[in-house]
Amino acid sequence: MMNIKVLGSGCANCKRLEALVHKVVNDTGLYAEVEKVTDYAQMMRWNLMQTPGLVVNDSLVSSGRIPTESEIANWLKTSTQ
Amino acid sequence: MAHTLTKPSLRPTAGDRRIWLLVGGATLLWICAYNSIQFLANWMTYELFGISKGSHFGESVAFFIYDVPKILLLLSGMIFAISTLRSFFSPERTRKLLGGKHEGIGNVLASGLGVLTPFCSCSAVPLFIGFVESGIPLGVTFSFLIAAPMVNEVALAMLFGMFGWKIAALYLGAGLSIAVIAGIVIGRLRLEHHVEDFVWKIKGGGGAVADHTLTWAKRFTDSWRNTREIVGKVWLYVVIGIAVGAGIHGYVPEKALADILGKDSWWSVPAAVIIGVPLYSNAAGIIPVVQALMSKGAALGTVLAFMMSVVALSLPELIILRRVLKPRLIATFVMVVALGIIAIGYLFNLLI
Repeated sequence: MMNIKVLGSGCANCKRLEALVHKVVNDTGLYAEVEKVTDYAQMMRWNLMQTPGLVVNDSLVSSGRIPTESEIANWLKTSTQ
Repeated sequence: MAHTLTKPSLRPTAGDRRIWLLVGGATLLWICAYNSIQFLANWMTYELFGISKGSHFGESVAFFIYDVPKILLLLSGMIFAISTLRSFFSPERTRKLLGGKHEGIGNVLASGLGVLTPFCSCSAVPLFIGFVESGIPLGVTFSFLIAAPMVNEVALAMLFGMFGWKIAALYLGAGLSIAVIAGIVIGRLRLEHHVEDFVWKIKGGGGAVADHTLTWAKRFTDSWRNTREIVGKVWLYVVIGIAVGAGIHGYVPEKALADILGKDSWWSVPAAVIIGVPLYSNAAGIIPVVQALMSKGAALGTVLAFMMSVVALSLPELIILRRVLKPRLIATFVMVVALGIIAIGYLFNLLI
């Protein structure tokens, strides 16, 4: 199963990203679990320097911005292949 | 990664050419709009509303109708330009540039990069950890953290719009100096043990987002998104700030504030900073008020010190930083920056 993590400690953009990820997962009908990581020490595993961060199957695909829906859908698609 | 296969960003693609045309057209429109504001504002106030020239009310209304569109246009234009410039920088790249730099040159570089690197105070903690963990000295990290919120794009755009480029440049120079000196002082105080212990234990893995080259189309669309977001967030503060400023302009008599906030009262600079630190506002709301105060006899140094203390030291950011800094280091940080701002305030009052 695909694993998606939203890294961020409750800032407004982190919540927006989380909602967007849920929406994309629902729309594309992918089988994925969405986790939230709020602990800074854990976030540093991906060397994150700006929140929110987005991790798909253990690799960081975006940080410091809210990607567009199509960008997220693309990342999810490429990691299922 | 797939990104590395894209063409180098500076060679225009077909999509780039289209976006350059679009941006060029928008710039022309912007210039036309900017140049017709004065005419339209006067026409609306005195012809459309029929308010008589020279009255207190008329002066306030004309000021408001002229300033709101002018400042909002300037703000949008400058934020777009600065966002595009900033798309060439990232915290990851800044960290790489600062790696291995020592005190002094490191502080200067960090302050400059603090202005150029896109930064949101909500990311202060991961950024702090990322810097410290990669071996950048504490003082250099602080130079970055002081410069980034103080010299931000909204502050610069508002100062430019309401005071002109000289004061905006003066502010930029003063902000950078404070960031450099405060960073060096904090570095010399050897406060590393006042950083929360867990920070020193973190060992970051690899896997940072690859530095992919952006196309111009992507830069411009990102900047446009960013501009809409920031202007959407601050426009109301701008309008309220200008309304308060317009009231002061029309009704408070000239030189009324000279005694309290003028050059000759020595205590006004520290008082302005002490009032400013706990106040939390953004540059957007504070600058129109500050401009109105100045036109009524407040001294430039006092007013800039007030503004800097409001923008550079904010309670929400201190609370966020508490996650990684022990109370004594936070207190030291606030003290050093506040003293720096007071010094700058006196200096400007003396020189100008």
